Amino acid sequence: MNLRHLLCVALVGFGLQAHAALKVVACEPEWAALATELGGDQLQVSSATTALQDPHRIEARPSLIARVRNADLLVCTGMELETGWLPVLLQQSGNAKVAPGAAGFFEAGRFVTALDVPARLDRSDGDVHAAGNPHIQLDPRNIALVAKALAERLAQLDAANARVYQERHAAFAARWADALRRWEQQAAPLKGLSVVVHHKNMSYLSNWLGLREVGTLEPKPGLEPSAGHLGALKAQLAKQPAKLVVRAAYQDPRAAQWLSEQARIPAVVLPFTVGGNEQAKDLFGLFDSTLSLLLAAAR
Amino acid sequence: MFAIRSAVAGACLAATLPAFSQTASTASTAATPETSFNPAISLILNGTYANLSRDPETYRFQGFIPSGGEIGPGGRSFQLGESELTLSAAIDPTFNGRFTAAVTPENEVEVEEAWFERTGLFNGATLKGGRFLSSFGYLNGQHAHTWDFTDAPLAYQAFFGGALKNDGLQLRWLAPTDRFIELAAEVGAGRTFPGSDTSRNGAGVFALMAHTGDDIGASSSWRTGISWLRHRASQRTFEDSDSLGTPVTNSFTGRSTTWVLDAVYKWAPQGNATGRSFKLQGEYFRRSESGTLDFDTTSQAGGPLSDSYRNTQSGWYAQAVYQFMPRWRAGLRYDRLDAGNARIGLVDNGTLTEADLPSLIKAKPERSTVMLDYSPTEFSRVRLQFAADRSRGDGTDRQVFLQYIMSLGAHGAHTF
Ligand SMILES: [Zn+2]
Repeated sequence: MNLRHLLCVALVGFGLQAHAALKVVACEPEWAALATELGGDQLQVSSATTALQDPHRIEARPSLIARVRNADLLVCTGMELETGWLPVLLQQSGNAKVAPGAAGFFEAGRFVTALDVPARLDRSDGDVHAAGNPHIQLDPRNIALVAKALAERLAQLDAANARVYQERHAAFAARWADALRRWEQQAAPLKGLSVVVHHKNMSYLSNWLGLREVGTLEPKPGLEPSAGHLGALKAQLAKQPAKLVVRAAYQDPRAAQWLSEQARIPAVVLPFTVGGNEQAKDLFGLFDSTLSLLLAAAR
Repeated sequence: MFAIRSAVAGACLAATLPAFSQTASTASTAATPETSFNPAISLILNGTYANLSRDPETYRFQGFIPSGGEIGPGGRSFQLGESELTLSAAIDPTFNGRFTAAVTPENEVEVEEAWFERTGLFNGATLKGGRFLSSFGYLNGQHAHTWDFTDAPLAYQAFFGGALKNDGLQLRWLAPTDRFIELAAEVGAGRTFPGSDTSRNGAGVFALMAHTGDDIGASSSWRTGISWLRHRASQRTFEDSDSLGTPVTNSFTGRSTTWVLDAVYKWAPQGNATGRSFKLQGEYFRRSESGTLDFDTTSQAGGPLSDSYRNTQSGWYAQAVYQFMPRWRAGLRYDRLDAGNARIGLVDNGTLTEADLPSLIKAKPERSTVMLDYSPTEFSRVRLQFAADRSRGDGTDRQVFLQYIMSLGAHGAHTF
């Protein structure tokens, strides 16, 4: 099939390409979902990672190199989240359209206000990100900001369909604003709820909902939970209790389960991104599911 | 530029525009951390404690023309490895550059890599120039600190004296297919084994390679390839001792053709390698050399003896590494070489006997290795390795290594 495809492109040439949908490769599932909301059939969207994978640790697999090679637009978080693998994909793909600095390279992290920007950069503090916490997708207000910028970028890249992206973005933004009002009403009881998180990857969610993060299962960002640290955390919770222990779908369940049993608080698995559970089929489902899981556990 | 592009409504023309003007047309996008003015700097510290049952000075691959490169287990006791300093950055919108210097424990500085790269020369094509690790096979393009074992496979040591670094040019092209298909060609001076340092013009090494790979479901992926390298050797000398035990210098002049097959398979549950993962890799080398062998080139008694030399040699290794829990990995490796049946004119016509070229007497070196390593974070690793090495052709060298690898500074991305 591939050889024939190659010949076909060579023979039919530009005519074929002009009608082809823009190929979008998202680094994370949330951006694939957002691109689909904004582009619909105009785009051919795929995600390099799934909700069951740790976005910090992805192998620069041959299949991903091939996908980046053929991409017209790369939509990534940036903020050093993909630093362990994306540079290899960019370098090996030989695709200047999506190189950093080109219009085909879109970093969502540039359009939001970063949290947890470290006051000092020192590896003894663990795997800290200089540009701040990169897990920006769990605040729906960030999604709205990124949606606007992404719609503009799509219109720039595919000028012939610029109107389509503008209209789809307007419709999405209206639906999103409605959903945001609904979510904020639903989430009112969560304000001030104290939680333990696995990794500092829920900061934007906590910031949005007013959750209080009283501890992390990881002793330092990027370090695996250790018995010593969990013991100390348990002792700390005996004095200042937390209501929940929260982790993302891709994270090892054992540490959260241990703490849940020891401290007698529910362990909640959040989808974290699109595809993280049955309900999180799209961006709306992601927040519906996240809130219903938190509300059910906090009750 | 942008106005012109939108006027012709795009995608089609965009695809045909030279990549450079595309980059220039969109330079309004702000700089990324990777393109900040200071190059990314990283430093690798590594060292070993080695316990070797046999004197490493006597290490050799019986039956193979000595490469003069980095072979064997290194020294005994505490050893500082090469400290590797890398600087890399975008040079301008067109070029990237990287420089890696290795500071040896003997306080010498070696240029490991120093190259510029032009991505998107045309669609899917990348041009690299300078000194770089050749991309033949699987392991050659990877720096030693990313290896899964303390030392290189025997085939790399015997066939290339370690890794092949090219001073030259490389052109890579990725096919516009859904499946990964990469073709590459390299041309270089070929000054190192199996080439030789000469003062001629032109190229001493040509290499062609093709690689393909894909996923199998969400949990597995693979890559495989074939590479071809042609070296020109002229007066490539090596030391030996004749049948009377007198040291002699011999040399080979001719053509050296190497084929390399490589394959790697990786598995992690749902593609999430944090907890458990598995990696299987293997490479097969086959080299044919034909030309002239000069015996005793420094002879006082009227010039060296010369006649034909022809041989086909092979070698392979296979290794498996299993991460059985976060931070811990165990590995197994088996190496084997076949020195082949050398056709040495001087021996066939009775001028010399086999005993006059003892290092070329046929053998099948092999080695078995196990290792266990622990990585507190992705920036640090300690490793314990045991090997039984039967390369010398007479008995076994039992090797124990305790190794550390520490990485300071910029977070390097890892190749597949
Ligand atoms: Zn993180």
